[in-house]
Amino acid sequence: MSLSLVLFYILGALCLLSALFVVTTRNIVYAALGLLVTLMSVAGLFLLVFAQFLLLVQILIYGGAIIIVVMFAIMLTKMADYQTKASVRQWPLALVAAAAIFAVLAAALLMGVPKTDNAVAVGFQELGTSLFTEWAVPFEVASLVLLVALIGAIVLARENGGKD
Amino acid sequence: MHLIHFQILAAALFAIGLYGVLARRSAVLVLLSIEIMLNAVNLNLIGFAAFANFTETQRALGQVLVVFIITVAAAEVGLALAIILRLFRNKSTVNVDEVDLMKW
Repeated sequence: MSLSLVLFYILGALCLLSALFVVTTRNIVYAALGLLVTLMSVAGLFLLVFAQFLLLVQILIYGGAIIIVVMFAIMLTKMADYQTKASVRQWPLALVAAAAIFAVLAAALLMGVPKTDNAVAVGFQELGTSLFTEWAVPFEVASLVLLVALIGAIVLARENGGKD
Repeated sequence: MHLIHFQILAAALFAIGLYGVLARRSAVLVLLSIEIMLNAVNLNLIGFAAFANFTETQRALGQVLVVFIITVAAAEVGLALAIILRLFRNKSTVNVDEVDLMKW
């Protein structure tokens, strides 16, 4: 078994276990911290297939920004609600739905995905060239979407709902 | 390590996220589960970009798509948390079961 496969299993197990912890724990702060572990192990998996740029983006945006924002939201809403009733009544149905979709996806993948060679890296240069030539317009639109969404968030979260 | 490993892991992560979206009460936890699902999709795209028999441009496209998904996820989290905050101020709850104002 190669070193990359061992690392893959370690990171994959960490990823799945922490994701399971996120969706089952009663304490919402622990859930946010568990999500951080999930996202960072996904970042590790990115590095395993030589996606260095996305590793940096994942750590900066998820680890640095999104978790902090989630923490603020948890801080500003009431904690007591989460302790007693974590899941809805129909959680067994949800479990069946999740298991079914995993079964369908896994069966399709096991039948359809061919054996492949080792991972090939996409360099910073190719990614940058692609992003700023072929995908320049969508890239600018994405930045506009981000701007509009964040202004919308500020307006929504204001004390008087945007009315003076 | 092959493509299939990545794809199975992504499928499992997606299923876990789906369970979280369907089963959790707190709107914040539903949002965290959506993040897990988006990351499963990212993992899938990165797996294809790295392993599949593509040209250089097509490989770069896989990563470009992931960059876009991360951007949209960031916008979504900001906006959704602002909505949750407003919901909490107006209704004093973030339990998704109790928020049925727009239910038919």
